[in-house]
Amino acid sequence: MRYITEFRNGASAKGLIARIAQTSKHPARFMEFCGGHTVAIFRYGIRQVLPKTIEMVSGPGCPVCVTATPDIDKAIALAQIPGVIITTFGDMLKVPGSRSSLQKARAGGADVRMVYSPLDALKIATENPEKSVVFLGIGFETTAPGVAASVLQAEEQNIRNYYVLSQHKLCPPVIRAILKAGEVKLDGLICPGHVSAITGSQAWEFIAKEFGIPCVVSGFEPLDILQCVAMLTAQVESDESKVEIAYRRGVTREGNAHALALMNKVFEPCPANWRGIGVIPGSGLKLRKQYKHHDAEVQFDIKVEPSIEPKGCLCGEVLRGVKTPLDCGLFRKFCTPESPVGPCMVSSEGSCSAYYLYGSELI
Amino acid sequence: MEDRILLAHGSGGKLAHDLIEKSFVSVLDNPLLAPLDDSAVFEMSGRLAFTTDSYVVSPIFFPGGDIGKLAVCGTVNDLSMSGAKPLYLSLAFIIEEGLLLKDLQRVIDSIKTTAEEAGVRIITGDTKVVERGSADKLFINTAGIGKIPEGVTISGSNAKPGDKVILSGTIGDHGIAVLSQRQGLSFGTKLESDCAPLGKIVADMLTASRNIHSLRDPTRGGLATTLNELAKQSKVGIRIEESKIPVRDEVAGACEMLGLDPLYIANEGKLIAIVSLEDADTILAAMKRNRYGQDAVIIGEVTAEHPGRVVMKTALGSSRIVDMLVGEPLPRIC
Ligand code: SF4
Repeated sequence: MRYITEFRNGASAKGLIARIAQTSKHPARFMEFCGGHTVAIFRYGIRQVLPKTIEMVSGPGCPVCVTATPDIDKAIALAQIPGVIITTFGDMLKVPGSRSSLQKARAGGADVRMVYSPLDALKIATENPEKSVVFLGIGFETTAPGVAASVLQAEEQNIRNYYVLSQHKLCPPVIRAILKAGEVKLDGLICPGHVSAITGSQAWEFIAKEFGIPCVVSGFEPLDILQCVAMLTAQVESDESKVEIAYRRGVTREGNAHALALMNKVFEPCPANWRGIGVIPGSGLKLRKQYKHHDAEVQFDIKVEPSIEPKGCLCGEVLRGVKTPLDCGLFRKFCTPESPVGPCMVSSEGSCSAYYLYGSELI
Repeated sequence: MEDRILLAHGSGGKLAHDLIEKSFVSVLDNPLLAPLDDSAVFEMSGRLAFTTDSYVVSPIFFPGGDIGKLAVCGTVNDLSMSGAKPLYLSLAFIIEEGLLLKDLQRVIDSIKTTAEEAGVRIITGDTKVVERGSADKLFINTAGIGKIPEGVTISGSNAKPGDKVILSGTIGDHGIAVLSQRQGLSFGTKLESDCAPLGKIVADMLTASRNIHSLRDPTRGGLATTLNELAKQSKVGIRIEESKIPVRDEVAGACEMLGLDPLYIANEGKLIAIVSLEDADTILAAMKRNRYGQDAVIIGEVTAEHPGRVVMKTALGSSRIVDMLVGEPLPRIC
């Protein structure tokens, strides 16, 4: 674990900052896709140390934030069915749906439990054979293989009361959709670190080829991100567009074949509804037919009323990179991490919570 | 079948009596506890400190400690942070039916060892047993009394511009050690909780100088939250430097992986001291001589600017506001 201290080393950081300032001649707008990057950029004050020529915008890479309201409503409705235990990652508890949240449903008597991994959920299923235990499968390529593994384990151990409500989403299709829409002009993309560890950097090659946008995969430490920005800047200034990796210790071109195989075994692509963006074909994952007895969508009769979006919330625009939380009239005044209006304020990876926690003007 | 706690152990009958005698009294034996009257009776004079806290932790055994050690250290440390010398503790257990007797014994033994190290005595107690599912294995409440030495006035509202901020060692060890034991979060680490009684190090510091203005142990909410509390209570600003804050490689590694910020992770054996500029080095030296303060370091200072706010100079040379913890720190999903 030595690299941690190395990657926070102030001296090498200063070198990189100087290099970026020297190379950067033309205005350039870079999007960090991943919410983890947004948080790191704020936490280490990276925007402050970059030259004026470089503008950073945040993208849609926060799995909690992109979960659309109807999908949240569905999870809440499922929680109301007698005999159902909902298990979920903690951030999902507070996300407001149209009329309630999982947290409120729990206070009202629903059995909703926070877990750290789908394996915890599986354990709850074995301990409560008379109940139906549903794991809310949200997340990207990073979490899907683990959920797939839990389904296979349930198969192997014949655990029949374990279900997954799959709301998983895939990253490359949403980036394509955003770039195609052309609402936000980008000169470079900071590609997600953990997602790329699974998909490999090859997943982004279409962006460089079809859209001519430089791509660099980054880790989450400040030096990784600075390195990444330096590489993007170099590409911009030399008019190149290719996929590079600034996160060699975590990412290869090919990715993690084992995890991808697990994911493909259990899931198949399906359309998915992204908050603020809409339905994108092939951007979600659902359980394959042979696992339908673990598919909550198939096994339960979930009734949801038409959804209502939170009034005044700009999460959709924020996720597309066309607005920042500061453009939102509710930010800080009515919307805070304690009483969030939209999911971008709930999730620890959300842009609004990053702005709230780390983004205040210095006094 | 291994012996387990039954509901009858809390009923006040013979089983309960035997449990208290065998498991508690004989282990924690001391003259004030021994009479087993309805209350412990003792003499005391001067300025006293009195505090209470309840302890729930899952799992109840974790690397570097257990719920018993935590229950003693937590209350001892709360007393110590007012400058008091911790003397007596009460100890109340709420036990979930079915807890292994040997686990209970292990917790009590750990309480004994920790209390001895801290120089406190357990002088009264209580046990209740609740039905399976009504508690999670074991909850403990402790209350404590300590005596404040003559001339000591330590409070969270005493920090003054110009004061130095000292941190007694690495941050995040406890929170990450406990998290590492959660199912499904197996990241190979040998990290241990820093759980420790801080009475002695505070006594050493007070011997070195009485110019200690504020003391606080950064438990839940971590260093960031505690510094914010101090800044708000004293109506001063606090400036710290990221590069001065000691973090173990294992903690930094786990935090990177999980997307957590060590500044917000709980500690159970660390303290923050806000002390006058003139005596900062003397106090720091006294801390470094104690086993729980070997890595102590001055991490920043108190300012008149930005009252109520904590500002950190990052390793990159930029500055940012460090806010209180909101919600609980959760591992990232992405
Ligand atoms: S600040 Fe709140 S209301 Fe505004 S966009 Fe963010 S989450 Fe939505």
